[in-house]
This record gives sequence, structure tokens and C-alpha cells, in this order.
Amino acid sequence: MTEEIGTTADGDLIINVGPQHPATHGVLHLVITLNGETIKKVEPHLGYIHRSIEKMCESLTYRQFSYVTSRMDYLSSHINNHACALIVEKGLQVEVPARAKYVRVILDELTRIASHELWWGAMAMDLGAFTPFFHAFRERESINDIMEETCGARLTMNYIVPGGLMQDIHPNFQKRVKDFISLYKSKIDEYDELVTGNIIFQNRMKGVGFISAEDAISFGMSGPAARGSGVNCDIRKLYPYGIYNQVQFDQVLETAGDSFARYMVRIREMKQSVSIIEQLIDNIPEGEFLAKTKVVLKLPKGEFYTRVETARGELGVYIVSEGATTPYRIKFRSPGFSNLSALDTMARGSKLGDLVAMMGTLDLVIPDIDR
Amino acid sequence: MWSFSNISSSIHHWLNESFSPTWAMIIEMVIAGVCIIGLFATLGLVLVLMERRVAAWMQIRLGPNRVGPKGLLQSAADTLKLLVKEGLTPNGADKFLFNFAPFIAMMVAMLLMAPIAFAKDFQLWDLNIGVLYISAVSSIMVISILMAGWASNNKYSLMGAMRSGAQIVSYELSAGFSILTIVVFTGSLNFNEIILSQTNGWWIFKGHLPAIISFVIFIIAVTAETNRAPFDLAEAESELTAGFHTEYSGMKFALFFLAEYINVFIVCAIGATLFLGGWMPFQIGNWQAFNHAMDYIPSSIWFFGKTFFLIFLIMWFRWTFPRLRIDQLLNLEWKYLLPISMLNLLLATALAILGWHF
Amino acid sequence: MFIVKYIKEVYSAIKSLLVGMKRTGYYFTHHKEIITEEYPDNRHTMVLPDRFKGEVVMPHNEKNEHRCTGCTACELACPNGTIKVITKFDITAEGKKKKAIDKLVYHLELCTMCNLCIIACPSDAIVMAQTFEHSVFDRSKLTKVLNNPDSKIMEGIE
Repeated sequence: MTEEIGTTADGDLIINVGPQHPATHGVLHLVITLNGETIKKVEPHLGYIHRSIEKMCESLTYRQFSYVTSRMDYLSSHINNHACALIVEKGLQVEVPARAKYVRVILDELTRIASHELWWGAMAMDLGAFTPFFHAFRERESINDIMEETCGARLTMNYIVPGGLMQDIHPNFQKRVKDFISLYKSKIDEYDELVTGNIIFQNRMKGVGFISAEDAISFGMSGPAARGSGVNCDIRKLYPYGIYNQVQFDQVLETAGDSFARYMVRIREMKQSVSIIEQLIDNIPEGEFLAKTKVVLKLPKGEFYTRVETARGELGVYIVSEGATTPYRIKFRSPGFSNLSALDTMARGSKLGDLVAMMGTLDLVIPDIDR
Repeated sequence: MWSFSNISSSIHHWLNESFSPTWAMIIEMVIAGVCIIGLFATLGLVLVLMERRVAAWMQIRLGPNRVGPKGLLQSAADTLKLLVKEGLTPNGADKFLFNFAPFIAMMVAMLLMAPIAFAKDFQLWDLNIGVLYISAVSSIMVISILMAGWASNNKYSLMGAMRSGAQIVSYELSAGFSILTIVVFTGSLNFNEIILSQTNGWWIFKGHLPAIISFVIFIIAVTAETNRAPFDLAEAESELTAGFHTEYSGMKFALFFLAEYINVFIVCAIGATLFLGGWMPFQIGNWQAFNHAMDYIPSSIWFFGKTFFLIFLIMWFRWTFPRLRIDQLLNLEWKYLLPISMLNLLLATALAILGWHF
Repeated sequence: MFIVKYIKEVYSAIKSLLVGMKRTGYYFTHHKEIITEEYPDNRHTMVLPDRFKGEVVMPHNEKNEHRCTGCTACELACPNGTIKVITKFDITAEGKKKKAIDKLVYHLELCTMCNLCIIACPSDAIVMAQTFEHSVFDRSKLTKVLNNPDSKIMEGIE
């Protein structure tokens, strides 16, 4: 019955994890070579959800193209839109009103918390604990409600537009954000009780999926995944945009480089995000929310690059402009793609069960990797 | 007082009066078989519903509430769905073994029912080596899982089956040792005698520390033996999609599913019998009034109450803990549970020899 | 000492597990914490925020008049070609020809609810409605004409 296909010359088992698999959270296809339960090689195959977003953006005007980026990393769509708005503003030399800057940063951080909440639940589910998933969604739901009220959508908002915001914030916005912060603070300890402190969880996470700082840099990893290895790579600190240079927050760094370090970075980052929001929410200045821009935006001829820190890492937007209403070439440097490339180095020699945990700690969003 | 034993003995008398003894025995066997199958079906329905409710409430959800009053018919609707689904056999599969495996799982579960005392004097087979029988038969379960995993011709299934083999073989040891603790205390392998030895107090109370330790180890070991989370490595949804039953669908899957729940029921029934006194009511020293009140509760309610309490405990584990990794699972057994249970057995033996238990 | 360390390990492990079980046990017994919304049943009490982007609609007043001038700003703003403005020429009372919309075709199946058409509209003729149950059995039902039959443009809108 055994067939030739499916094993290597050494008799190792080749298993296709995905494109339909419960742990890949999307259509990621990993071809793994297994010796018993031990992983010898991981080979990601991409392209199952490639929608050619970069090419699509070349036919959209500078006002239009940012809505597509909501569909890239759909868990940090505000931050993607922010990046697109920033590059157009940079090209046009538009000064964004202070009110818009404040609201943008608050929304970015709310998005980051929502994304990390989902990651926390989904990762616990990868490890076999189903309950945290629902508990995480409770808090995430209240963020989504805030987004729904102010931006009109729960996931793909398209609220941050070149020059500022699409609409002014909802009158309830500040109150609801404060409500969320108090809810969040009352529930954050449960996360430690349910998952972080759990001995099974710690044994699953500690010492597996190690990646050194050098490797992390050479793979171009960014975001919480790289900060778990002690790489100093927070774009909010290194290249501040918006009003990140005016707020007090710590760049979360862990040095262990294993799955647990990456986990702790995200858990601590959520607390930092809450503190950023707390600093800003009472101080939103009055005034315009949208700068005056021309009806038809045209970036001057040249090349532009901006980067922002999404929930997953560094998102870079690169535009080549010929001076027309649409970009000549656009390229997104997505954080998930580089982070995924490190998976092979991380996973070699560990068990199949750990692969799932590592994928969890990399926080992969497949549409972000494939675009 | 109403009890199962009265009903069964009256049926026995009536049959012996109306038919010849051979026919009476055959009819009794048929009745017992039908009752067991009926019990299977109801247990399956009740336990699936219970699991979904427990899961839902722990996950701040409502749980099934659409089919029937308060969702009570949910698992009946699920069964109907599974019945009408096509039971696929994959092309490359070993057809005989593939189709046979779920039935072995079911047969094992049925065989295990035999020596369990559901109520006072109500037992299918009063076997003098009941405990040994249970430990022996329950190890056949792994064969069906290995068979299913191998015959599916699927790598996930094979890995699930191999994991399950390693897991069940090792956890049987500590389950056996913890059962032995009680056997040492009572000096009998017969379930009835074990229950009767607990008339003046359940073993978990009068067995001191060794009984409590062996109870904890027993619960952990049987959770692993029945492939329940946090030891559900044979299924391991996020790693192996569905493990050994990846390729099964329709009623063949349902048999595996049902067998899992029946096994949970059986191991909990054994746990209740050994440690919590089976159908023995809860009694405290010489509080006569209290003890009499307890005696009025039918013995079957005591039995099912204790069993369902243990089942709830196992469900509680499932919906709280993450899954272990395969090497950690074996570490837990060989480095922690087995040495502890061996020492514990030694301690229990010393207690039993010295007669320090009540 | 080895044995003390071993016992401490076992103790802290069991404690961490019990802490988790206490948390789930709390939710098991406290049903007030349940957050499930029974969606089709709560349809009548459900309130969607006024900014919710459900679908593009064109409000008409009681005289069956809308505010759309047929300027095609929305059509140009739309990234996916969701909106198609078909214009005609009306003869006004003074006998002049005047541009007006014949049909404003809206393809719900293409719409991504990005709100760009709404902010592009100079006369606030189109708004986002708070509907969200869009599923139909026939795809052609998703192609909608936003202006009512025989509707006219409101007085004073240029």
C-alpha cells in the first residue's frame, strides 16, 4: 500500500500542512519533512491568496488605493491605511491637523490591541486550549464596537485618508475608549491565569522555536517576533511618525528568542498600547480633522518610502511616481513575509506540535504574506 | 423502595415461570443487550450535550439552544445528520481494516460495561476479577485506533495512531497502579466487594493520603487513556487536523465519537466505584438522621451522580488546559506519575498491612 | 536538594493548573458574564451605529425627489466601478435642456463599503444605509437602481 511519493530518499515523511489546515489560519501551505515527530525541514509555499494588490494599486488613484491595503493585513487595517496616508502626505507635503494625528495614533493602538487579542486567542487555540479564544473575543468585540461607531466598519475601515480622517470622531468616542480601557484592565489578569501562568503552556513555549538576534536580523524579521530575540526594531521609536515622538512608551524587548519571549512581547505590548491611549485620549485637540487638499492628488515625480509599525512588524510602502494621478509602481514590504521566512530555521529539530506554536507566535496573517 | 434490583429480579422470576430456563436465559441476554445499546445511545446524546453546555458556559457562550426546548434535541439532530451522511472509504485505504476499526472501538466500549455496578445488586456480570478484566479489555481500545490510523492511508492518521499507541501503553501503567492501591486496601478484585468495603466510608476519605494521590493520578491517567484534552494528541486538531479519524465520515466517525464518550463514562464509573464508593450513599460516622436521609436516595442516583461529577471534572480539564507535546506527555508519565504512583502503592501497602485505614 | 526541588515543581505545576480551572469554573457558574447575542432573535432590538457602512442608498423626500445632479463624482471616486451614472436630458419649464440622472446603477456585489463615493458627492445625494443582510439567491438582485422610478431632482440643487 505504501506509495513512493510522500517520502524522501532517506525515508523521511513529507507532510503537506495546508493549504487547508486548522493551524495555518488561512491558506498557507507548508511542506514539512518529518523524521518521526521531529521536523527536518519546513518549506512554505505561497500564492494561494495572492490578489495582486500591488498591481491593483497601480490603477487606483492616490485617494483610492489605501482601501485595498485594508485587505492586506486585515487585523491591522487602520495601520495599513495610516501608512498609505503618510506616504501620500509625504509626497504632497501636506501638514496633517493635530486632531487627526492624535486620533490616528489612538486608532492605531486600538487596532494593535485588537490584533494582539485575536492572536492571543488563536494561539491558545493552536495549543489546544479553546476557551481563551472566546475570552479574547470579548475584549476585542468592544474595540470593534468603537471602530464600528466611529469608522463605520469593524474590520476594513478605510477611515484614515490622505490629509487626515474621513469623518470627525464620533461624540461617544472618548467615553467608549475609556470604557474599553477599564474593561481591559479588569480582564488582563485573566490572561495570565488562563494561559501565561499555566505550566503546560509554559512547557510548550519555553525553549522552543529559538531564533538568535543575528538570524532574526538576517531574515529581516520585524515587530514582536524580532523583539522577542532582542532586536531593537520598533518603528514607532526608531522612525517616529504621527505623534509617537510625543508619547511616553517603552519598546518591549525580550532577549530569550524563544516562543515564550515572543509571546511575552505581545502581552506586554498590549499594556504599552493601553498606556499610549490613556495619555492621548483626554488630550485630543479641537480643530480640523482633514487638511485641505486638491481634488485630484498627484504625487511629484520621484520615489517615496514610508514605514509604520503594524501589529505584526514593519510595513513599508514604496511608491515610484511619474507625476500622474496613479502610482507608477507600488511595493509593500509586508512584515509577515519576512517573519515566515525564519520559520524553517526556528523549526528544525523541534517536534511537530511545536511548529504550530511557532506559527502562532509569528502571528501570521496569510493575506499579508501573499498580498 | 423502588430500585433496579427489584425490577430485574421480578423480570427474572416471571421469565423463569413462563419459559424453560434456557429460553429464559436467552431472553434475559437479549434484554440486557438491548438495554446496553439503549444506554449507549442515551449516554452518547446526554454526554455530547453536556460537553457542549459545559464548554459554552466556560467560554461565556450560551451553547446549543435552537433545536428543541433549550437545545435539548441538539445531539439528536447531530446524530441524524451523521446517520444520513455518506461514510466514505478512501481509495488507497485498506478497506476491511478501515471499516472494521470503528466497530472494535465500539465493541470494547460495550465489553467494558459488563462488570460495572450501576445500582445496588444491579450488575450485568458479577465477575470475581472485575478490576483485572477492565484493565485488560480497555487496552484493546488502542488496537482500534492503530487500525484506523494505519488503514486510512493518511499520514496524519498514522501519526495520530502512533501517538495514541505510545500514550495509552504508558498511561495504562499508572492507571493500573492507582487501581492497585484500592485493590490493596480491599484485598479483592471484585467490584461488588470493593463497593461493599466502602459501607463505612469511601476510600478517598478513609484511605488517607495514598488514596487521594492515587485518585488524582487515576483521573490524569484515564484522561490520557481516553484521549481527552489536554492529552488529545491522537486527535490534536491544530496539529493533525483530526488525527486517527481524519478520513472517517458519517456513521463510522460517529462510532468513534460515541466510543470516546462511552469510554469517558466507563472510566469515570470505575473511578466512582473505586474511590467514591460506587452506589454507596454518602454517610458520616454516627449521624444517624443524616445517614438515613442519604439512604433514601436510590443507589442508582448515587452512582450516576458520582460518575457525572467525574465526567464534569474531565470536561473541565478539557476546556481549560492547552495540549501537551508528545515528549512532555511521556515525560509526565515516566518521570512524574509512574514514580509517584509506585511510591504511593508502597505507602498504601504499608498502611494496609499496619491496618491504619479505617 | 533534589527531592525538595521535585516536590516544589509538582506543587507549583498543580497550583498553576488549579488557577486556570478556577477561572473557567468562575465563568461556568456565573452566567451573567455570557456575552452571546442571539442574532436573528434580537433583530428588532439591535441598534447599528449611525455611521455603519451597509450599502449605498439615495434618500428621497415625500415628493419622490432626490438630490442627485448626475455629476458622476461618485462614479469617478469609486475604486471598483461599483457605481454607474446614466444621464438623460430633461426639458425644464422654460424649455431649456437640463442634465439629470436617468438611472444611478449601484452594484452591491462589487462594493467594498469604502465610503469614498459618499465623501465625494458634492450635493449629499447618496448616503450609507445601516442594512447588512444582503444575501440573496440571485446575483442579479444585487445590481440596484438607486433613484426611484419617476423621481425628480429637488428644487434648488445645482
